[in-house]
Amino acid sequence: MANAPASTPEVPFLRDPRVRSVLWQALLILLLIAAAVGLFLLAAANLQRAHITSGFGFWNQPAGFDISQTLIDYSSSTSTYGRAFWVGLCNTLLVAAVGIVLATIVGFTIGIARLSTNWLVAHLAAGYVQLIRNVPLVLQLLFWYNAVLKALPNFGDSIHLPGGGYLNNRGLYLPAVDFGGGGDVVLAALGAAIAIMIALVVLARRGRIAAGLATALALAGLIGLPVGAALVSGAQVSFVFPQLSRFNVRGGLEMTPELVALLTGLVIYTGAFIAETVRAGLSAVQRGQVEAAQALGLSRLLTLRRVIIPQAMRVIIPPLTSQYLNLTKNSSLAVAIGYPDLVQIFTGTVLNQTGQAVEIVAVTMAVYLVISLTTSFVMNIYNARMALRER
Amino acid sequence: MARSMARSMARCVRRLLTVCAAVSALVSVTSAAWAGRLDEVKARGMLNCGANGEVPGFGLPDAQGNWTGLDVDFCRAVAAAIFNDPKKVKFVATTAKDRFTVLQSGDVDVLARNSTWTSSREAQFGLNATAVNYYDGQGFIVRKDTGIKSARELDGATICVQQGTTTELNLADYFRTNKMQLKSVTFLSLQEALGAYESGRCNAYTTDASGLYASRLKLAKPDDHVVLPEIISKEPLAPFVRQGDSQWFNVIRWTHFAMVIAEEDGITKANVDEMLKSQAPEVKRVLGVEGNFGQQLGLTNDWVYRIVKHVGNYGEIFDHDVGEGSPLKIKRGLNALWTKGGLQYAPPIR
Repeated sequence: MANAPASTPEVPFLRDPRVRSVLWQALLILLLIAAAVGLFLLAAANLQRAHITSGFGFWNQPAGFDISQTLIDYSSSTSTYGRAFWVGLCNTLLVAAVGIVLATIVGFTIGIARLSTNWLVAHLAAGYVQLIRNVPLVLQLLFWYNAVLKALPNFGDSIHLPGGGYLNNRGLYLPAVDFGGGGDVVLAALGAAIAIMIALVVLARRGRIAAGLATALALAGLIGLPVGAALVSGAQVSFVFPQLSRFNVRGGLEMTPELVALLTGLVIYTGAFIAETVRAGLSAVQRGQVEAAQALGLSRLLTLRRVIIPQAMRVIIPPLTSQYLNLTKNSSLAVAIGYPDLVQIFTGTVLNQTGQAVEIVAVTMAVYLVISLTTSFVMNIYNARMALRER
Repeated sequence: MARSMARSMARCVRRLLTVCAAVSALVSVTSAAWAGRLDEVKARGMLNCGANGEVPGFGLPDAQGNWTGLDVDFCRAVAAAIFNDPKKVKFVATTAKDRFTVLQSGDVDVLARNSTWTSSREAQFGLNATAVNYYDGQGFIVRKDTGIKSARELDGATICVQQGTTTELNLADYFRTNKMQLKSVTFLSLQEALGAYESGRCNAYTTDASGLYASRLKLAKPDDHVVLPEIISKEPLAPFVRQGDSQWFNVIRWTHFAMVIAEEDGITKANVDEMLKSQAPEVKRVLGVEGNFGQQLGLTNDWVYRIVKHVGNYGEIFDHDVGEGSPLKIKRGLNALWTKGGLQYAPPIR
């Protein structure tokens, strides 16, 4: 208490409110750690007593089951449980990424439509939001799944799409591009082209190069690089057309009804929540801003783009982030309609075959935590950039 | 100041010790709960039985909440042996996916849910299969109009399957062995898997043969579907218990044996009272007229009498739940007594 003012009576060390608060917090943390360690030891002891195997030894054991949609190589005969985990994770990330983009588009469209001066548009949008927000998501998923299955024709009556695709209730089949072994090189080139494109956009924004030149360069790179890479690597570029076989369509790109139903359900559901967030954000922009824009002679579209939305975004982004997180987490309901996401594969089949509930559920929770934290980290950066800069 | 600090640190330590004591008390309470599942069930006055809830013939509640099925009757028999009252069972519907976790955690005393006895379910899951109460095998069901006569013709077909079963593995094995291409779509519940098959998402639906017959009845037009002749796996279905409680394991295992022995000896629900007067030494031992074999198990000596009186012998429950007396009309086949060419064989009570 050397720096305490001389006028105040000396406070004993442990009576000092600051010292006390630190002590109490330290004690609380210690208690929490003790409780966590206690629970961990208890669980470990109980598992041992119950003769249940624990640990991650199962990770490298062969899985032996089939998965209906695999973005990375997977075979039921040689792949491990660990590989099955990555397959599930990729499927979850696919739904989350595509779902977030589509839900944002739907949400912004409906949110803006709700504020439309057109009576019909505004009320249709309001009806959509009220209906969708108030029905449990899992019911909507089942509805869409059955709707997709019932609406599409049976395999025997497959619709032949122009260009060599097929559509039936087993899925949508499109011709795929095959690079004859050079696929990795072409993918890498495409990645490089996208990176260059982003760099060009940044440079153009900062006024370092002309926007027109940047666009031309970006387009040239986007087409030229992969084509060039394909030529250089000597890859045999060919199209793989889906073929009708006795039971199924074989070859080509396949999009399963489970994926379509899951995406539809998640996008429509989350879109309704985003729409309300967007409406709230737009309504939060002061009327005077619009009037000022009109006084300057800006068109309605330009007013929306340049005046209202930039200000509304500050209100929209934080709740928007939590909608993105909700969509990702809700994708775990995929299990109800047979889409092989992380939960279905890992905490479903793998858990059941290995019986190691504690490890598997812990890993799955950690994965969702990481996905969520990453999403909110990115959104926080975006938020910081959009935030009002006070000068 | 130093003294007050020391004092409060001592207080801190005391509090921490209290917490440690509380945690260790928790541990010891939990370990106490591990001793004697039979005593625990008796004290509770109720048997907790993990059942299916979706498969007719094995475990399914009706609209009034009355459970029926072979596995359900098995749990009733256990309750009859312990309490002399087959109604003292609480059935817990479990999914294929969560059933073993429910048993591992001790939420149910026994899992009678058409579950296949495998090595990993014993060695890795910490469970024990008690006795095979139904010899089953995995099969396929397809639409009649596809003209498929054999599972070997399913190359490239899409198969609907329920998650969390040995079925998923057998399916992949069978297609791999026969060098056929497989597309499987996996669902959490039987209803969803069967529904997807019915709507044409899949060419075939696969599960244990007993389940196929049951599932076929759930389809809108059962006669449009046919069960293929191939049985692609061994599925010995058995009630499971947790490891580490031999007394409880014995009670569950011998409940099944008792029903089989009763059938062998011709003891039925109808004649069990007369059989008490039988002079045959085996019948006397079985029904507890002689010896104390029930007490050795931790039950009463009339335990088999109770089982047969309230529930019936194995042949009777088979007939009533899945056999000729039921809509499923499944033949005894492998489940006939060993004396009649089947596999049901019980060690003697003596």
